Parts: sequence; structure tokens; C-alpha cells
Amino acid sequence: MKLRLLSLYPDQMNIYADRGNILFLQHRCEWRGIDFEVTRCGPGEEFDPGEHDLLYMGGGQDRDQKAVARDLIETKQQSMREAKEAGAAILAVCGGYQLLGQSYELEGETIEGLGLVDLKTVREPGPRLIGPVAIEVDLLGHPRTLAGFENHGGRTRLGNCTPLGKVIHGFGNNGEDGFEGVKEDNLIGTYLHGPLLPKNAWLADYLIATGLEHHHGERPLLEPLDDRLEDAAHRAALTAASRG
Amino acid sequence: MIRFKTWTARSIGRLSRASGRGGGTTLPGRVLLKLDGDAITKLGSRLSAGTTLISATNGKTTTASMLATILAAEGRHPVHNRAGSNMTWGVATALAEQKGDEGLFEVDEAWLPEVAERLQPKTILLGNLFRDQLDRYGETEALADAWAALAATLAGQTSFVLNADDPLVADIGNSSGPGTIYFGIDDESQALPELQHAHDAKLCRNCGHELTYDRAFVGHLGHYHCDSCGMERPRPDLSASSITLKGMSGLTASIDSSEGRAELELPLPGLYNLYNALGAIATATRLGVPVDRAVSALAGMKAVFGRVERITIGEVDLSILLIKNPAGANEVIRTLALEPAPIDLWIALNDRIADGRDVSWIWDADFEVLSERVGRITCTGTRASEMALRLKYAGWPVDRTAVIDSPEAALDQAIAGAEGQLFALPTYTALLDLRNLLAQRGDSGRYWAS
Repeated sequence: MKLRLLSLYPDQMNIYADRGNILFLQHRCEWRGIDFEVTRCGPGEEFDPGEHDLLYMGGGQDRDQKAVARDLIETKQQSMREAKEAGAAILAVCGGYQLLGQSYELEGETIEGLGLVDLKTVREPGPRLIGPVAIEVDLLGHPRTLAGFENHGGRTRLGNCTPLGKVIHGFGNNGEDGFEGVKEDNLIGTYLHGPLLPKNAWLADYLIATGLEHHHGERPLLEPLDDRLEDAAHRAALTAASRG
Repeated sequence: MIRFKTWTARSIGRLSRASGRGGGTTLPGRVLLKLDGDAITKLGSRLSAGTTLISATNGKTTTASMLATILAAEGRHPVHNRAGSNMTWGVATALAEQKGDEGLFEVDEAWLPEVAERLQPKTILLGNLFRDQLDRYGETEALADAWAALAATLAGQTSFVLNADDPLVADIGNSSGPGTIYFGIDDESQALPELQHAHDAKLCRNCGHELTYDRAFVGHLGHYHCDSCGMERPRPDLSASSITLKGMSGLTASIDSSEGRAELELPLPGLYNLYNALGAIATATRLGVPVDRAVSALAGMKAVFGRVERITIGEVDLSILLIKNPAGANEVIRTLALEPAPIDLWIALNDRIADGRDVSWIWDADFEVLSERVGRITCTGTRASEMALRLKYAGWPVDRTAVIDSPEAALDQAIAGAEGQLFALPTYTALLDLRNLLAQRGDSGRYWAS
């Protein structure tokens, strides 16, 4: 088996140590004897949606994010749409999440997004939403928690699409409606930023299984790993979120 | 009135220290600022010989300590927040408690504009900007914007000393006016094999085009230019070449300036400390100290607590190296890589406010470099398990890694298992905990200055 990961803008969208997610996926595949291939895709580069099973995009500084927004529309919009419709797993966090929507506001300017999901990110008076966060999600047929850290000035409002989960601690999409992230087809967008997979190993395995299913046509049962440290890190992140 | 308020604040500091509760480095300043919001301006105006401010993401405390060492050799003893408390209340504490006609303050990056406005400094040294505690400081670009705006308001009255090798800092020279001087490293043999992952200055500050790096020395500090608008690294007025790194015991380098060449012997390790030394020497020249005398004074430099401090506990030599962001941690890792294996480590990761509550950054530091060289590893602190997890995915041996929540129990176990030499890598609040722990056990003196 082989998982083919596409890392979108690894040099621009990496502000919160996003490479931790890729490292985490890589080791968990390799320990199970699953081949793992990473393709980097930067500004000006196109990609073939049929060649990738899991697409990852992280967060960036404002200036980088603006340049990336333009480039996404110019060189990758059609491929992103096709990958999503074909059922590839997509994980976009923080700034990457914002760019999936119709538009987002930055310094008084409205920037056009990819339009992959029906959401908008706007600026409203009030402070940045910063802090540890925990949410409850149902991706496996039963509720599980995700724990991480959020840091965003934008408020995201969902249109005709479903949130990823409910906020237990923290702010989520906008600090008001109690929801966090977005989930549509096999696309996940979330404000839990940077290395969220190491704190939530079950989500990493869910993405690996989804990506493998996309590639090989059948959802594999992944071999369990010794996750004592992973589980302890998840609990510590949950505790941090409950302290607020 | 300010005299009475200052006396009150001083008394509280003495009481706080005498009661053994610690915290004597900020409490008097907090009280003073409560009594008089303008206390810094009023007390600062007494510093008739002028004030120097030092800011950077990494190396503030060490650089200020280096400059204090240089000035001490000249018989000058500025009012100085030497304990590293670098927000307004730390500055106010030093002003309340110390006498002198000259000021030397390290200042938190985000607080620099406010402190500078109150103190109207004669000189400002800016060392570097790396991604650090994004939950508190925001993006490096935003800090660079704030610093440039400050430089524009102070241009003409304040001399700036800037790191030529950091494009985010050197760019401030476009706002700070004439009289700005630069320092940098000119030794190609010390370049990193490639740019590091945690790379914070990718785009030209002038035109937004991607920067081209000919070489990098520490993180994104190096020799760069913009192919689009022609922007270039400024030529340093003070530069280091012929550098020899000697592991934990320090380094030597030739220092060139308009005053000629001087040979530096620095008892602190790593290129990051060479940058700190260059900043301190360049600033000293602005304060009237000849380069050769500044360079000689640094040979007698002692480590600042937790910035490569060494302590003997029983049979074990304990070296303490603060880690707090990817760039700083990578330099610590690079220094450790020169040590003989196996390297035994005590690593303490906390997520308190002063550490940055977001521990994501550990995934940006290149712990992989040490995977074949580490011995026993003990992880502790509020996020010990995530630290251990990071090391597992860096290829470190899980069977030789222990997670022990109590820092004291972790230290005992690490010392018991160490082979003669133990390296402690704490984040900031873990360093304070370690300092108190060692002081209670009589293993080190109390480090905050009175």
C-alpha cells in the first residue's frame, strides 16, 4: 500500500510548525509498512489531482497568505476541486482553512478564496481568538475529542456546509456559535493549528485510512501502534484546554 | 513625591526577597508603576549620560550582560535590569533600586516602543527577530513593522545598532536615519548546509519578492539579497571572520572594524553568542569604548544564569541551556552536537504564559540532528509527554526516554543516570523553577541581582 501526500506551499504555509503533521503521518505509515510519498507543490506549480491521496495545507503569515490566495486560484483551483470531488482526503488548518472558503478579509481588503466550501472569513471588532482549544467531533460513528491550539483574527461563518465539531473549550470558528471547522466529503478544515496530528493520533490514522481508501479503493484496517506517548500528549493538550 | 514612591517600591522588593518568596525582580516595579504611571519617564530622565536599550527574540539577556561586562571594565556601572525582567515593571524595578547616570536595559520585543517612548534612549541595539510565542507576539513581520515605525520617530536623536545579517532587522536602517551602524558575520566556512525549516524571513521587506540567500549562519541570519529590487545586506561596520567554534567551551574570531582587527576569545559557545558579542561590541563603540578594549573585556565574560551556566552536583556537571523557540533550540542542538556521545539530557517543556502557551514550536526545532548521539533522556514540565512524543518522532530512543511530571523527581533521576555530564534544556518558566530548586538545595547561588 502507498499513501501519496501532497504538501501545499510547504515554504509559505508553515508558520506553526506544520511540518510536524507530515512527519507524524510519515512515521505512522512507515511503522506499518505503508509506503509514504511526499510531493511538494509551491507557488506557480500545478498538480495532477489523480496522483495524490491526502492534501495538506498549513497556516502562514498575512503577507505569505495573500500571495498564496492568488496563486491557488491561478494555478490550482481546478485540481483542488477535482481532488475533493474524487474523495481525496484534504486537511487544511488555520490560514489554509480560511483559503478554502469563498473569501476572507485581511486589513480591510476582501480576498477571494478557493470556493471549495461555502464559508466566509470576516473581521469583526474584538481581539484575536487565541488559546488552547478542545472540540468534539464524530468522524468514526462515535464522538471523539480533538485538542490543540488556535490563534486567528478572522471569524469564519459557515454557509451551506457542516462544521467539523462542537467547541468544548476555546473559541472555534468565530467564538460565538459554538462550532469549529468544516467537514465536507473527505475535506477537513480547522483552526486547530500547526502540529495538531501529534496531539490527536486517531485523526492522523483516520486521514491515513481515508487516503489509502482513495488510492486503493478499499478502506484498510490499520495495524495498532504503541500509542502510550501519543495518548499522554492528547490528554495533556485536553488538560491545557480545560484550564483555558 | 517620586522619591517617596521609589522608596516604597524598594522596601517592598527587600521584603519580598527577605521573605524568600522570590519575584524581587518585578514586584517593586509593579508597585512603583501603580503609584506613578510616569515613574519610568521621571526616573529615566535622571540618567544624564544616556540610556541604551537592547531588544531581540534571542540573546537579549546575554547581550546586555556582555555590554555590562565591557562597561564594567571601563569603570562604568549602568542601571541595568540584569535579572532579565524586561517588560515595563522590570525596567521600573531597576530604576527604583539602582543608582547611576547611565542606563542599560534589555526590553521585550513587544514592549520596546512603549519603553523607548518613555526613556528616549541614546542608543538602541536590535539583534534578531525569529518566530517566537506567536500567541503573544504575533508574526515576526508585524514586530518588524512596529520596530520600523519606532525607528522613524526616533531617527536623528537615537543611534541604532542593527544586525546586518537579519533582513527583518537590517531593513530598519531605512527608517532609523544617519548614524546607524551594522554588525555581521563574514566567514563563509561557518554557513549552514541548507536553510533551516523554521525560516522566518523569506520575502524582501522592500518589494515582497522572495529573498535569495547566498548563505545562512543561524536560522535566517546570513547573506541575502533581492533579485527583484536589488536590495542587499548592508555592509557591516563591525564583522567577524576566521571563526573557530570550540564546543561548550566557547569560540575565537577576528573582529574587523574601522579601528583595525582585534582577536576575540569568547568563553560562550555557538555562533548565536558570537552575534550577541558583535552586537555588544558595536554598541560599546557607540558608547565611546574602543573596539580592542571591548573585545578584551569579553574574554572575562561569565555565563548568565540558564544561558549556558555550568553547575556541579555531586559527581555530575550540569550545563543549563535555555530553549524557547525553534531558532534558539536549533543553536543549542548544534552546540550539543559537538559534545562527545552519549549525551544525557533533562528537558523541561512548560506551557505557561511566559513560555508561550502554544507548544507547537517544538515540531519546528531540528531534534533529529541528535538522534544517534543521545544517551538517557528525562522529559518533565507541564507538557512533558508532548516533548517526549516529539523526540520519538525525531528518532530518539523511546526505551531510554522517561516522562516524569515533577521537575525535581525528574532531575534526581536524570542526575542518578547521567555519565558525568548532564545537559538541562528548560523553557523559560522551567528555568525559573530549576533555579529555585537548585537554590533551595544549595547547588547554586541566588541569581537575581539586588
